[in-house]
Amino acid sequence: MSWFAAHALSVVTFLPLVGVLFILVTRGSPETVARNARWVALIATIADLAVAIYIWANFDGHTAAFQFEERATWLGGNITYHMGIDGISMLFIVLTAGLMPFCILASWTSITDRVPEYMIAFLAMQTLMIGVFCALDMVLFYFFFEGGLIPMFLIIGVWGGKRRVYASFKFFLYTLLGSVLMLLAILAMYFYTGTTDIETLLSSAHFPVAMQFWLWLAFFASFAVKMPMWPVHTWLPDAHVEAPTAGSVILAGVLLKMGGYGFLRFSVPMFASASVTFTPLIWALSVMAIIYTSFVALAQEDMKKLIAYSSVAHMGFVTMGTFALTQQGIDGGIFQMLSHGVVSGALFLCVGVIYDRMHTREIAAYGGLVNRMPVYAACFMVFTLANVGLPGTSGFVGEFLTMLGTFRVDTWVVILAATGVIWAAAYMLYLYWRVVFGRLVKPGLQAIKDLSPREVAILAPLVVITIIMGVYPKFVFDVTSVSVAHLVREHQVALAFDRAQTLAAREKAGAHP
Amino acid sequence: MYQAIVFLPLLGCAIAGLFGWLIGARASEIITTALLFVSTVLSCIVFYDIALMGNGPYFIHIAQWIGTGDFDAEWALRIDSLTAVMLVVVTGVSSLVHLYSIGYMQEDPGRPRFFSYLSLFTFAMLMLVTANNFVQMFFGWEGVGLASYLLIGFWYQRPSANAAAIKAFVVNRVGDFGFALGIFGVFLVFHSLDFNTVFADAHKYVGKTFVFGSWNVDILTTLCLLLFVGAMGKSAQFLLHTWLPDAMEGPTPVSALIHAATMVTAGVFLVCRCSPMFELAPDALAFVAFIGATTAFFAATVGLFQNDIKRVIAYSTCSQLGYMFAAAGVSAYGAAMFHLFTHAFFKALLFLSAGSVITAMHHEQDMRKMGGLARYIPYTWAMMLIGNLALTGVGIPLLGVGTAGFYSKDGIINATYLSATGIGTYAFVLTLISAGFTSFYSWRQFLMTFHGPYRGTQKQHLAHADADAHAHDEPGDHAHGEPLDLSKVHESPLSMLIPLGVLAIGALVAGAIFQAVFVGDLSHAFWNSTVAVAAGHHAGAEVPLWVEFAPLVLTIIGFGVAYYYYVLHPELPPQLAARGGLLYRFLYNKWYFDEIYDFLLVQPAFWIARKLWKVGDGKIIDGLGPDGIAARVLDATRGAVRLQSGYVYHYAFAMLIGLVAIITWFMFAGAVP
Repeated sequence: MSWFAAHALSVVTFLPLVGVLFILVTRGSPETVARNARWVALIATIADLAVAIYIWANFDGHTAAFQFEERATWLGGNITYHMGIDGISMLFIVLTAGLMPFCILASWTSITDRVPEYMIAFLAMQTLMIGVFCALDMVLFYFFFEGGLIPMFLIIGVWGGKRRVYASFKFFLYTLLGSVLMLLAILAMYFYTGTTDIETLLSSAHFPVAMQFWLWLAFFASFAVKMPMWPVHTWLPDAHVEAPTAGSVILAGVLLKMGGYGFLRFSVPMFASASVTFTPLIWALSVMAIIYTSFVALAQEDMKKLIAYSSVAHMGFVTMGTFALTQQGIDGGIFQMLSHGVVSGALFLCVGVIYDRMHTREIAAYGGLVNRMPVYAACFMVFTLANVGLPGTSGFVGEFLTMLGTFRVDTWVVILAATGVIWAAAYMLYLYWRVVFGRLVKPGLQAIKDLSPREVAILAPLVVITIIMGVYPKFVFDVTSVSVAHLVREHQVALAFDRAQTLAAREKAGAHP
Repeated sequence: MYQAIVFLPLLGCAIAGLFGWLIGARASEIITTALLFVSTVLSCIVFYDIALMGNGPYFIHIAQWIGTGDFDAEWALRIDSLTAVMLVVVTGVSSLVHLYSIGYMQEDPGRPRFFSYLSLFTFAMLMLVTANNFVQMFFGWEGVGLASYLLIGFWYQRPSANAAAIKAFVVNRVGDFGFALGIFGVFLVFHSLDFNTVFADAHKYVGKTFVFGSWNVDILTTLCLLLFVGAMGKSAQFLLHTWLPDAMEGPTPVSALIHAATMVTAGVFLVCRCSPMFELAPDALAFVAFIGATTAFFAATVGLFQNDIKRVIAYSTCSQLGYMFAAAGVSAYGAAMFHLFTHAFFKALLFLSAGSVITAMHHEQDMRKMGGLARYIPYTWAMMLIGNLALTGVGIPLLGVGTAGFYSKDGIINATYLSATGIGTYAFVLTLISAGFTSFYSWRQFLMTFHGPYRGTQKQHLAHADADAHAHDEPGDHAHGEPLDLSKVHESPLSMLIPLGVLAIGALVAGAIFQAVFVGDLSHAFWNSTVAVAAGHHAGAEVPLWVEFAPLVLTIIGFGVAYYYYVLHPELPPQLAARGGLLYRFLYNKWYFDEIYDFLLVQPAFWIARKLWKVGDGKIIDGLGPDGIAARVLDATRGAVRLQSGYVYHYAFAMLIGLVAIITWFMFAGAVP
């Protein structure tokens, strides 16, 4: 047990790979192998969720220090295998591990082609995603961060829709651009400080203000694409449309959160002055994202695209709140990411349910589903309302806090962002109306069936989580608040330090002209 | 006990909603209705204890809700006089509407869902009125909006019902946008969203300014105006009123409960709740009075010539809400709440009576196809008569005896007169004129329905029912196209008639009984400083004799005109309508608000949406960015690389190589500082 406690993060990260091993060694007829692969993947992901919950249960929310730390030598002397979590990263691990079993279940019958490979891709994906949130070494972080793209490429490219090559192309171009710049920044930081250890960098590194400027931009290039922020968001709708349902869930539920997490882990604490300098830029892009993509969502004819655009708008609230650099703004941003992970994941699952039946995502192909699918309609309604940000659902808490936290710093941004509550209501309810309400007149839909027990098992827990997060969000803030308060405080300290340095430099220059 | 009042309806909602399919419609009805009646009895006890005995206020903590840093919002119940009044109104009307719906909805297959929604609404409304901070109020505020959306769209097969539901939600969201900004502003200034803290500190910010947007503005005025924008949306005030008439697509009991007696009064409640702030912001108050009086007048004019029995009452509601805001705007909060209280009785009565007429007419709502029904449904006739007497405020000024509206509506007119400000005079003139209009449209509706010749058997007139199916209250097919034989007109079942009787008693006597405590000599003790009671605003204050008599005179004139046109010369109105004068068309088409909004807002929004998508995302961002680059890359690689399995592996492989390269570099050069 003590070994387990000491290596819990490694276990939660690499446990899915054990599942991969099992799938690899399975032999037999294709049906046997496929069935085995499904069950192994399901068991591995559920076991991993159990480990994640174990970590959560033993997590101490009263300290901002890193916990469950592990260190081992890796890649020579300076680069170490350093894992650890704090209040900011803790719940993202639970989110990732929690969504995974639903993804496996959602792929149970819809994926029939190359099942073992598919499950391997997902399990590898899980390892890499959880690794991102555990890594406390920049190279390790980069390894997980970039590595996660590979299985995602494969998932979109192999099991995707008609235009999958175009989608993965776009995905590739965008993310490559961002990650190359981030890599350069990591190298620069290494040359400047001689370390890639995140904990050390957080506690003792101070970069000159001019250098911060460039480093911030380089990281921003990568994270902005991941978020995605306007105007580098156009890969997302295409990727979603082409990805299989479970791929969309992971994309929206977890991959989009890496950008926001990156801002909180690197940009804000390490480049304090640059973060303040660029806040207007971030806010401008956030507001653009909220208003622009909400409008675009209104015009969509494809369900997945609509939800993808709505994701961009919701991530706008995250970036806005994060760079408010207030307790409520950042806490709200984290909550919004977690909530969006659940809600948008659930919405993609809802689309998947009817896609599996009708094999189309065209909104116009549906209508009147409630007549034959009342249970489905009820679940879909809950997630729609959560996406609209109705109080009592998880969607409200994050949006409300980010706006509340930002309003204390700048009112204009929030006045514009708050119009998002109107647009969201318009495009989501308009979608719901066209798909669910009305008479059931389309001939193809006459025999459509309501949720199967498997689908109920997927959607019902997400309904419960959505409502619990909305009514009693305290369990999230119990984990995050102290770390966020620490982050805000440290940011202030670093900012003061930078100012003092600048002043000192100016005086020095004045003394010796 | 307090928890029970609020959470029993939620329990009913959960039982009917989750297990309705299991226990059946009848059990769902009985459970939800019974729980509501328990809640009502408890509310009456609370009302007696708090408002009449002067105990309280009580604060009950339930759980923490959102708390981070210095921000803290809890789930809590605040039980004071203002809450107690609302508790009685909400649970009272809601339980009667539940009972009524058992009869009204008896043929509908979706009854468990219907009762679940009704109870959900009641729960949200109770959370709204018991809130002790702005965030919980917002929860209730949006919750009732959700219930309203669900119930307007209850008959989801009808496109018009779905459109009306979305319209209601989105227009309300426009109001909520202001409300939310108001909440953020309150937190920015007061560092708290707790009512007690905010109201206690409000006086510190009189005359102070802060930066909002790019402007340096008065704090309290700005905050009050923002909050009032929320109230305008919820209470369907001028400019944000367009959703309320369309909301009549919902079943009639819903119209009575949500769109007359309770939800739409939430805005008035908000202003009264925040009266300690509004009192300190005279400019905001003037705006409230302006909007209120304008709405009272505007909605009354539109109500003059509507032909749908429910729409007349809907515009009447809109107009009466305007009265309440006019009262609040001249600091007569007691009068506003008093009218809210009596209005709940007689407007619910009018809607439910209209529902009874509609049931009797087999779901016909067009008054042009009614007439002479008094003999066939005398009970409903009597109920509608009482409702109209109460709405038009019939009474004897010198003796001080009259129906509910006589005390509350005339009280508002007097209050606007007494305020003696410019805006007060504006409000006085408009509310007075509106009293005459109110009388005309109310009696016109009454006379068209119950008196004169029956116009329903003329088959050619009913042919429109096919083309205009959405005007019907229920998707039942039997009403469509079939000319209704007068012999089939029947009185409604008992479960519908009992609630009517109870409400009728309230409509007759509530004004006389409660005048003293709401606005009279006892009002200070009654409100217990939960609303600001400005001096000189109770009914005992002296107004000139002509002011006291003017509403009655206008009411009689209104009745006279209606009687002349619809009983003595019933052939005149269709002729006048056919001639279609400009003013008539302007009013009949609701001042063309829907058309203007559609042209100015809805159509452009969809146009912009398409442009941003196709041009912004498609041509500009993708065209210059990835697609442009990709096209060049493809050109370069097409000749060189031929991979049968597609490009994906290729790029994945490239990524891997990159990773390996960088790691290798670190491994060998890692020691370099």
